[in-house]
Amino acid sequence: MNDTQIIKILASIIAQSAPLMLAVTGETITERGGVINLSLDGTMLLSAMTGFVVALQSNLMLEGMGITGNMLPVLLGFAAAALVGILAALLIAWGSIRLRQDQVAIGFVLTLLLADMANFLGQNHTRIPGPSVAYMPIPLLKDIPALGPMFFSHNLAIYFAFLVVGLAWWWTYKTQPGLRLRGVGDRPESAFARGIKVNRLRYIYTAIGGALVGIAGATYSLSIKLGWSDNHILGIGWIALAIVIFGGWHPVRGAFGAILYGATKALATVLQQAFPEVPVVLFNSLQWLLMLGVLLLAGSKGLQRLVDIVPRPLQRPLARSLRVAAPQSLGKVFVEE
Amino acid sequence: MRVELQDIHKAFGQVHANDGISLALEPGRIYGLLGENGAGKSTLMKILSGYQLPTSGTIRLDDHAISFSSPSDALRQGIGMLYQDPLDFPALLAVENFQLAYQDNLLLDLKSGAEQLRTHGARFGFAIDPHAYVDTLTLGERQQAELIRLLSLGAEVLILDEPTTGISAEQKEVLFDTMRHLAHDEQKTIILVSHKLEEVQQLCDEVAVLRRGKLMGTKPVPCPTGDLVRLMFGEEIARTQKQSFNAGECVLKLDNITSCSEELSIEDISLEIREGEVLGLAGLEGSGQQILLQACAGLLPVSNGTVLLDNIPLEGKSSVFSRIPKLAPAVLIVGFAWSLIRLLSQQIMGLHFAGGITISLLLAGLIWLIGTVLAAWSEQSPYHAFQQRGGAYVPAGRLEEGLIAELSLTEHMALAAATHTFIIDWEKHRAEISGRIQQYSIVGRPATLVDELSGGNQQRAMLALLNQPLRLLLLEHPTRGLDVTSANWVWELFQERRREGTAIMFMSSDLDELFEHSDRVAVFSSGAMSRILKTEETSVDELGHLIGGHRLLTD
Repeated sequence: MNDTQIIKILASIIAQSAPLMLAVTGETITERGGVINLSLDGTMLLSAMTGFVVALQSNLMLEGMGITGNMLPVLLGFAAAALVGILAALLIAWGSIRLRQDQVAIGFVLTLLLADMANFLGQNHTRIPGPSVAYMPIPLLKDIPALGPMFFSHNLAIYFAFLVVGLAWWWTYKTQPGLRLRGVGDRPESAFARGIKVNRLRYIYTAIGGALVGIAGATYSLSIKLGWSDNHILGIGWIALAIVIFGGWHPVRGAFGAILYGATKALATVLQQAFPEVPVVLFNSLQWLLMLGVLLLAGSKGLQRLVDIVPRPLQRPLARSLRVAAPQSLGKVFVEE
Repeated sequence: MRVELQDIHKAFGQVHANDGISLALEPGRIYGLLGENGAGKSTLMKILSGYQLPTSGTIRLDDHAISFSSPSDALRQGIGMLYQDPLDFPALLAVENFQLAYQDNLLLDLKSGAEQLRTHGARFGFAIDPHAYVDTLTLGERQQAELIRLLSLGAEVLILDEPTTGISAEQKEVLFDTMRHLAHDEQKTIILVSHKLEEVQQLCDEVAVLRRGKLMGTKPVPCPTGDLVRLMFGEEIARTQKQSFNAGECVLKLDNITSCSEELSIEDISLEIREGEVLGLAGLEGSGQQILLQACAGLLPVSNGTVLLDNIPLEGKSSVFSRIPKLAPAVLIVGFAWSLIRLLSQQIMGLHFAGGITISLLLAGLIWLIGTVLAAWSEQSPYHAFQQRGGAYVPAGRLEEGLIAELSLTEHMALAAATHTFIIDWEKHRAEISGRIQQYSIVGRPATLVDELSGGNQQRAMLALLNQPLRLLLLEHPTRGLDVTSANWVWELFQERRREGTAIMFMSSDLDELFEHSDRVAVFSSGAMSRILKTEETSVDELGHLIGGHRLLTD
């Protein structure tokens, strides 16, 4: 394998991880507020289908009017997908906040329902070519050796994913509204006592998270795994949910988790090519073994020992960066009185 | 700020929690609000702090009638409430907790926040590390942080709900000094909600007593404690007298034991408790008392020395299965070696070698897994051995550790019964628990879920579920959060057990309780245990000294 091949693989890892990063970030924001949106898998399927079909149909319409090569159809596709994500998320928020039902139960049923809906509604649009997000390398930056092709030779959807991760981190940790978001998920009764409208915030962040999940779905069908087929991206939503936990409800760590997942997947493909006799299953289970290992390490005292051996001034920042705390009120109904 | 409550009524369904309460509170004074559990103190303060609206009645601040739409509205108008469990955010940094909803700026400025937290803290004599996580602070520090926040937001009236439960004696002194300063020098109005008479006497200028939702009267303090008790209960109750006991056989013997929790370790502790004896453990919260109790019950491993219960070492039963997991590394090594030999002797190629390694890994993992599961299934933990041999452990966290919130009393009985049958005989358990509900005067029915019971009744339920007879009873804070009558009643139960020959060891942060009920007292200070003192031969002063980590006066 030469350098160009390696860089190509790395670039594809970055691209492949982007939609997963979006979904993870969306769900992280939602769960930070204390709502758990378990419908990710179904939502992503339905939004992938919707995004593709809307882009396809609007593109056909524009072509009928004699306009081609326009970004509009793809943007419309993303908007429709975001809307699907918002609607699914709001359904969960409404069921748990207003009807005070179990979020896990609603989410679980919803994910099954939406997945079937996607397959049913999309049955006439399977396996046909359609529009996709245009390749758009960033001038100048793309010419940096190695880094350029890896990070700056993608399309807008991929850049957007990275932008969203950065924004989410900045919002959660550097702004007053972000602090309130963290507070609401941690202890809603304290937040309420300080005059924060807990349930309104929960609606808002669940919707924002849902929109990102929807966009993630459309990123698959319009950029990564083009088009639509039955159960096009089945299982990705569950993986995203797992990575949220893996990333300790932190947007940047979640993004790393998504990239790590993509990297082990790419590694599996490479290994598979190198050892064609070995069953594929063995390599495909690599990513799960890795995650299991990291979670076990995080749950053990190993990390504390690591903190203890570094120089004193570094201990506190290190401990802080390793600290994982699930939102304490995750999945719990809060009744304002 | 002058606060006037006029004819406040609050009804929850049939229950009249506040029944026409009128009270005037002047600035610059500290008021005590006394009453039994359920007397209506909390309701009245929730109304004053904006959590609940009164059914009828008016609140006047500086002669303006006002009404609060929410707690934050009340704080804007100058009324701040400090809860027993402060309403803060455990997952955040102290400075983030301080800044949350403090200002409306978009960007956080943790630097200036930390500065403000420090300067405001210094003003009131509190030192909070702005960059510590809230859940690493002690309860006392969390209270201080919350007070700083309330005061810096302009609270003129401060309500403190049972603030001294669970904080150290020094923190209590600091808190009381600050309250005196705030009232007498800064003209704040301070209300201390409490059921501890001593504290009210110590801190307050005036006290209001509630009973069954009605204001029974106000009194300037200090005043004779008997007067307050008469207002609270209608009559003066005699405190339980300690009975002499005839020490019998040795029940529990500790021989140089060493044990530790995640935070602290206790080393080389030796002691003996005889039948019918009560040993009290004093000390600040987290000084090692709890570790000792848990080690005695087999809940924490003892790394050195032995715990003897009735002269037999307390230990769990291990099983043959527990050896199986130890086979795993052997299998792994043999598998690796076998593959390596075959590779080196060129019987197999690289890929088969990798396969061999993978298979040995999987095999070792499987053996380890099966062994661990079988061992876990067949072993008996030391705690279960402790229970089987007549020990009982009553934790302080009633709903967290002692009871299961979602289960009814009958279901608890079925779990706690001495003998179990595969098919549960609900009739029998219902009859049994009905009897005990009567005997322990629990306000509830067999079908009542335990989280519907009040705190005092939960405590009674926990005690009612203990089986007869017991050899050793270990208690964490047996009367925390109970009013005087309930506490006395609980101790009467323990006295009865003691007459039956049960040995009792308990920890408490209430010195009076320790003095009144123990035969001997041991004091813990950062993991070290003092010489065990006979209660008659020591004094509150001496205990206070020891708790603070000083040496024994007589040494």
